[in-house]
Amino acid sequence: MCYPRSHRRDLRPTDEDLSVGTLGRGHPAFVGMQALERERLPMSFAFTLFAAITVAGGLAAVLLKNTVHCALALTVAFAGLALLFLDLDAQFAGFAQILVYIGAVAILVVFAILLTRGSETPKDGVFSKNWFAGLVIAAGVFAVLGWAVLASAYALPGPGGAPTATPTVTVAEIGQALISRYVLPLEIVALLLTAALIGAVIVAMDEKERAR
Amino acid sequence: MTIGSTPLGGFLLVAALLFSIGLAGALTRRNAILVLIGIELMLNAANLNLIAFWRYGPHPELLTGMMFAIFSIAVAAAEAAVGLGLVISIYRHAHTTDLDAMNRMKG
Repeated sequence: MCYPRSHRRDLRPTDEDLSVGTLGRGHPAFVGMQALERERLPMSFAFTLFAAITVAGGLAAVLLKNTVHCALALTVAFAGLALLFLDLDAQFAGFAQILVYIGAVAILVVFAILLTRGSETPKDGVFSKNWFAGLVIAAGVFAVLGWAVLASAYALPGPGGAPTATPTVTVAEIGQALISRYVLPLEIVALLLTAALIGAVIVAMDEKERAR
Repeated sequence: MTIGSTPLGGFLLVAALLFSIGLAGALTRRNAILVLIGIELMLNAANLNLIAFWRYGPHPELLTGMMFAIFSIAVAAAEAAVGLGLVISIYRHAHTTDLDAMNRMKG
């Protein structure tokens, strides 16, 4: 519970040592101190950069007119997310994100765009007739989610709240977990991927060829 | 790593923002492929939440959140393949990917 010394900077070390030692986490004094600390400690530069890349990529993927440009912007958003995963010490998930999303899904989206002539910008705009309602709904969802996060921020782990000892998760450990504790989900996902592969091919197959 | 100085709320806010952007894209775009892109963004925002809670949780060595995210990535890949297959099939049938023009259930 006690924050590591290095993250603390100049916050009255003697008072703090006493209060953190004697007060519980939910105590108002501790909460206020945490808020103060959050003010003084801005988010790290790397996190800000990766978050900006991700959000900018997502915005461009949604807003650009040319569909191919949208797919490329989506790749940027996926790369930003992979960087955020790596920032969170989730190496395997980060590299899986790069392999699966940038390597496969983005390429699949580009193929679908080229196969459907979707890259032509329609004359009457790229947004739907009822775009305003969609925008209001999305803004409302963000308002609720953001309010929920900010309102519960005092209970969330603050700066330095993560377990300081970096969890050293090796790929071997993940593999062992996959074939011991998570073996049933693994088999189900294998079945799902096989079914999805066959299903996608059958759905996208030419109807005339299917009749033959 | 730099994580020590970033609160968990920062990751949650980025995920919420990305989810809302994806939702706005899925609800407002006319091209079916762009709607799928919006859905992918929403799925990725959920993955970010899972990984962030895994990292800040009391027992990261149990790998629960990480496994959830990995399975979620696999399911999302299957979803993308089937969804894009459906878009191609509909395009072949209706010669358009404009969702405003597809207003009939019967081909």
